[in-house]
Amino acid sequence: MAINEQTLASMRELVARYPQPRSALLPMLHLVQSAEGEVTTDGIAACAEVLGISPAEVTGVSTFYTMYKRKPVGEHHIGVCVNTLCGLLGGDAVYEALSERLGIGHNEPTADGKFSLERIECQAACTHAPVMTVDWEFMDDVTPTSALDVIDRLSRGERVESTRGPVIRNFEATEHTLAFPDDGLAGEGISVDAKMLAGLRYAKEHNMSAPRSGQEG
Amino acid sequence: MTLTPVITEHWDQPDLYTLDGYKRVGGYVALEKALKLDPDAIINTVKDSGLRGRGGAGFPTGMKWSFVPQNDGKPHYLVVNADESEPGACKDIPIMMANPHALIEGVIITSFAIRANHAFIYIRGEVPNALRKVANAVAEARRAGLIGKNILGSGFDLEIVVHSGAGAYICGEETALLDSLEGFRGQPRLKPPFPAVAGLYASPTVINNVETICNIPYIIDRGVDWFRSFGTEKSPGFKVWAVSGHVNNPGIFEAPLGITMRQLLEYAGGVRGGGKVKFWLPGGSSVPLLTEEHLDLPMTYEEMAAAGTMLGTGTPMIFDETVSVVKAVTRWLEFYKHESCGKCTPCREGTYWITGMLENFEHGHAKESDLDLLVSACNQIAGRSFCALGDAAATPFPAALKYFRDEFVAATNSPVDDAFDPVASYIYAGAATR
Amino acid sequence: MSENLTTEVVPMVNVNIDGVSIAVPKGTLAIRAAEMIGVEIPRFCDHPLLEPVAACRACLIEVEGMPKPQPACAQVVNDGMTIRTQQSSEVAKEAQEGVMEFLLINHPLDCPVCDKGGECPLQNQAMSVGRPESRFEGEKRTFEKPINVSAQILLDRERCVSCARCTRFADQIAGDPMIELLERGAKQQVGTADDQPFDSYFSGNTVQICPVGALTSAAYRFRSRPFDLVSVPTTCEHCASGCSLRTDYRRGEITRRLAWENPEVNEDWNCDKGRFAFPYLTEGRISTPLVRENGELRPASWPEAIDVAARGLSQAGASTGVLTGGRLTQEDAYAYAKFARAILGTDNLDFRARATSAEETQLLRSTIAGTPIKVTYDALESAPFVLLVSFEPEDESPMVFLRLRKAHTKVASIGAVATRGLNKMGGTLIAAAPGDEAIALNNLAADVKQALAQPGAVILVGERVAASEGAASAVAKLASETGAVLAWVPRRAGERGALDAGALAGLLPGGRPLTDASARAEVAAAWGIDAQALPNSAGLSGDSILDAASRETLWTLVVGGVDAVDLPDPEVTAAAVRRAGFIVSLDHHHSDFTQAADVVLPIALVTEKAGTFVDWEGRPRPFGQVFKDALAMSDATVLGMIANAIGKQAGAWDVAGIRRELSGLGQWSGARESAPEVQGSPKNVDGFRLASWRELLDAGVMQEGEPFLAATAREVVALVSAHSSAQLGSPATVTVAGPSGSVVLPLVIGDVIDNVVFVPMNSTDCSIYRDLGARIGSAVAVTAGGVA
Repeated sequence: MAINEQTLASMRELVARYPQPRSALLPMLHLVQSAEGEVTTDGIAACAEVLGISPAEVTGVSTFYTMYKRKPVGEHHIGVCVNTLCGLLGGDAVYEALSERLGIGHNEPTADGKFSLERIECQAACTHAPVMTVDWEFMDDVTPTSALDVIDRLSRGERVESTRGPVIRNFEATEHTLAFPDDGLAGEGISVDAKMLAGLRYAKEHNMSAPRSGQEG
Repeated sequence: MTLTPVITEHWDQPDLYTLDGYKRVGGYVALEKALKLDPDAIINTVKDSGLRGRGGAGFPTGMKWSFVPQNDGKPHYLVVNADESEPGACKDIPIMMANPHALIEGVIITSFAIRANHAFIYIRGEVPNALRKVANAVAEARRAGLIGKNILGSGFDLEIVVHSGAGAYICGEETALLDSLEGFRGQPRLKPPFPAVAGLYASPTVINNVETICNIPYIIDRGVDWFRSFGTEKSPGFKVWAVSGHVNNPGIFEAPLGITMRQLLEYAGGVRGGGKVKFWLPGGSSVPLLTEEHLDLPMTYEEMAAAGTMLGTGTPMIFDETVSVVKAVTRWLEFYKHESCGKCTPCREGTYWITGMLENFEHGHAKESDLDLLVSACNQIAGRSFCALGDAAATPFPAALKYFRDEFVAATNSPVDDAFDPVASYIYAGAATR
Repeated sequence: MSENLTTEVVPMVNVNIDGVSIAVPKGTLAIRAAEMIGVEIPRFCDHPLLEPVAACRACLIEVEGMPKPQPACAQVVNDGMTIRTQQSSEVAKEAQEGVMEFLLINHPLDCPVCDKGGECPLQNQAMSVGRPESRFEGEKRTFEKPINVSAQILLDRERCVSCARCTRFADQIAGDPMIELLERGAKQQVGTADDQPFDSYFSGNTVQICPVGALTSAAYRFRSRPFDLVSVPTTCEHCASGCSLRTDYRRGEITRRLAWENPEVNEDWNCDKGRFAFPYLTEGRISTPLVRENGELRPASWPEAIDVAARGLSQAGASTGVLTGGRLTQEDAYAYAKFARAILGTDNLDFRARATSAEETQLLRSTIAGTPIKVTYDALESAPFVLLVSFEPEDESPMVFLRLRKAHTKVASIGAVATRGLNKMGGTLIAAAPGDEAIALNNLAADVKQALAQPGAVILVGERVAASEGAASAVAKLASETGAVLAWVPRRAGERGALDAGALAGLLPGGRPLTDASARAEVAAAWGIDAQALPNSAGLSGDSILDAASRETLWTLVVGGVDAVDLPDPEVTAAAVRRAGFIVSLDHHHSDFTQAADVVLPIALVTEKAGTFVDWEGRPRPFGQVFKDALAMSDATVLGMIANAIGKQAGAWDVAGIRRELSGLGQWSGARESAPEVQGSPKNVDGFRLASWRELLDAGVMQEGEPFLAATAREVVALVSAHSSAQLGSPATVTVAGPSGSVVLPLVIGDVIDNVVFVPMNSTDCSIYRDLGARIGSAVAVTAGGVA
């Protein structure tokens, strides 16, 4: 794909969301990635043109945020959290296993363009450590074995569900969601799992509840 | 202290994320109530409730709202800080995935109170599943007339924009978030002016955390007395605690402020394998770590401060004795170095230097005098950087040194992986081979 | 300290700094307040003309009542505030030392090979407030070195301290955000977009304000050490902005030029032409006098050349025309004015080596010449409204552009193109096709007239007003009707000075009408001659002089520093040069005139003489001699020698004497001729009308020898509206054809009036006089495609 009239029309739609056009730049850059697979020079030029700012200004923004890639990303972009908690609870080993299997390092794509790998920071899912993401969808509580299994299934083109989210699509599809988040997938897959319900279930099992009025407390 | 599910009360209802599901459990009743109130009355109610920001700083929410000048002829904005990126923090994203309408209802009420006709929910980009849940909720609410023109016949208009970030921890800093939302590099702004006076588009702006906003409908619906029946005088209310790390049942636990870590640990099934807590952090990597001796402290803003740490995001991370504190701290500093925005010298260069020195400890080729140098370098960052990220970066090492100096000394000439088998700290089954 | 520069009364606040109490204007920043008591707080990101960012943290101070050290560059002092700097506070001292240490951990130790070494704020402040030894033992950050952010500007990223002065200058001052901070954290670096270099007219300023050696210019990189240079304050000779400069030289050769602080004029800035276009001063100059013998020019001695010139001019007498270029100092222009009237007895004289009109002449004589300063730069900054007429500030007077932009002054421009410069000023276009300016001026909307009626409103008219019939008249009328102040902004540095010196037919020094007997008497007295010796009726203007010479009705030409390519009718000029009986040419470089001259007298470069340029405001900008031991003589001196050889006396021919005469004469307070009243008429043009002006960086001879500068010039294109482009079939290139030829240029769609084509006036691939035989407003044919 490439930047075309449809992309430009979508960019203008994003601009219309905001009181001031430039606010649309982050979603626009996600849109560029959904169309181009990365932030290309053409994509930067398109954003600059639509917003009436300089390509350097767009470049400054696009290089600030880690999700914007200036080199090709795989069809599936795999992230492994290696921040302290996930990393020490096993994320390091997950990353190593994936790196070895795929033969790629940090922010590199495989030769066939199927996967890319990134050492990512905390994903706000520490209760589900170690955390992996596939195209930024959660793959919670991974082990090296389960992570490699995900890769194998994706390689074979099998259906893989996010542990808390919909069926895995691809990097570009997720990037489109980041630009246009009401993607119709809110009802798909599991979003509330046992760990998110740990306290609620404990409370119910032990007849604990919040009082409903000030007097009760 | 018992668990008190409020925000999380109906999370086990599968369709809670939908408008119907939310309404079935009393959703949007508070909104109807609120729209009949005087906006100032809502601000006063929130002030009286004593609700403090749940994003980490704990600033009184009602007071923040009251700083917004009224009748100033400028548009006002509400910006929800949903950029949850603090290492260890994992409660806002679950809230948005499980109960997005609670956030939307809170946003509408808050906007009404501060006279904002435009609200933005800035969600970090790496969590598309939270983003789509919130966007879906906004779309449903708009279709139901809860967002848009003349909401429920009140004459109040509101647009809500769900905005995706793109990977930058610094955007959790509220002025950096504003720059990011305006389409710039997310670097913090010079204050004053403060956002309440000149925030988004140089207009008065309130920036609140997701969990903070989710408290609002309950406060409006159930009242100040009810809210203050939880927690303490200075830390009223309840908290969505997210317990992670080396515990048997990590997860989300909602309980009043003032609960102890020991109680939370019990609900979370205790330390795995019956082990001991080596160190823990009450709310994110930016607060000084504590040890087992602090497990019985009430987790309130004031008690945590008294213990030399902070409540932070209220998302405790538990580390057992398999973990090298040197490695843990080094990894956090690598994070701060990676996330430093680059604007100010102390944070940009300080994190570069400190991280390098800590890596020397991790790899076992440091000098004991480096510990003094590290302390000195941290002191040159803390209180000198442009924003709190620098202060945060200068936090983990001194706290760790305070309790675990010997471990750093031992690491001067021996790689930490020799003393602490990395495999031992893995959480998954069969990994704990030590 | 421009943040305090205001004429309004600012309340004062009392502050105590290091135990010293001082009252400062409210709003003063702590860093400036400290300067007032002689305390210099270290700083990198701080710049008085840029918005504070408090990013580098080098200026941390202790403020009583505040728990943490505060950045002095962003801390406004409040009444009663107590501040402790590094002089009296251990906290501040340690904080500053800590920041300095951080700044140095990744900074290379390459001072001995760094261009900034010796004048480097980082080096200096590391010495003054840094710790003597580094505690950093890690590996320093490195980058590929250097990278070109433009052909001219190079960036050594490892030296950068991320102060963002350069990027803020580009954005806030120049309006050219083509350099930005890229990446994040320790990897943060300055850079450009992949496909757009930092081609800003003002890019050189970033090199000057860079507090380290990160930004260097290709022109100066590795040329010298600052402590080996001799620095002399000068005034820029390139345009009428009147910038203060510092010229640095070594062993008789200029190594660089810098903007020199002048709050009233150029503040801290200048343009890249003023900064980099100086190699012309050293290359290819005429070294000895030349005289023509047997049809060939041959070297001659000064006495011989002067003698030949004197004899030739004595014979011609009043049948002489005197043409001077717009680059002369006021003193030299005055010498020509005197030489023509008192020595030759002619009033055939014109300083305008460009398109002119009788209407313009009348406007200048009636309204501009010898009048006091009416509009200043500061007045532009505070003006409620500024109307531009036939004037493109960014190209034609860059400091005017920066001032208008700085103040967010409300600007409207009468013209055919809404330029990038106009957009950067936030201005609006009042559309007028070239030639139709008078109609637009006479039919201004009511709100524009109301805006002009506000106190302080200004009309800035450029030299191109001469190209549009009725425009000069309409401008004068508009000014008198609305009360707006009219200022004339010529393009060249010498024009206003020459006008005030009377180097124009019909005009004596100080705005005196030549036809006025008492004016002649005053001037004759100043020159020590009999008033009867002066011509008493207006002579020929420049175009008439050339026309007369081409028809052999005028015998002799005296030409000082005129480049034939600037003259609008190349055929007439060529004929004049060919047919004139005797030409005396004073110049330092060869031109069409020197090549055809009978006597060539090499004169001093601007660096070899003292003089004065009068800027567009009317403000004298005197400067001294850079090369004190230069032997070359100024135009005035040489003219004096000829006068002497002819045997006539007429007062002073030296700078000091001329200045005395000029100030003694002062400005004319008597009657003046009335402003012109020429009616503009609608032009019926088939096809396209030509809009054009000289871009700042073009094929001008004074830009020769600086390839890096030339490479940052704007692309030479033909600009038309989207509608016109579509009508042409949206071609990639077009052929623009005039009476005498055509050029093929890339076609670019711009905010241009339909059926108007803009091309640059004198760029390498496009000179409208030479290549097209066309003038501004001419009908030209524009057709799709073509072969260059």
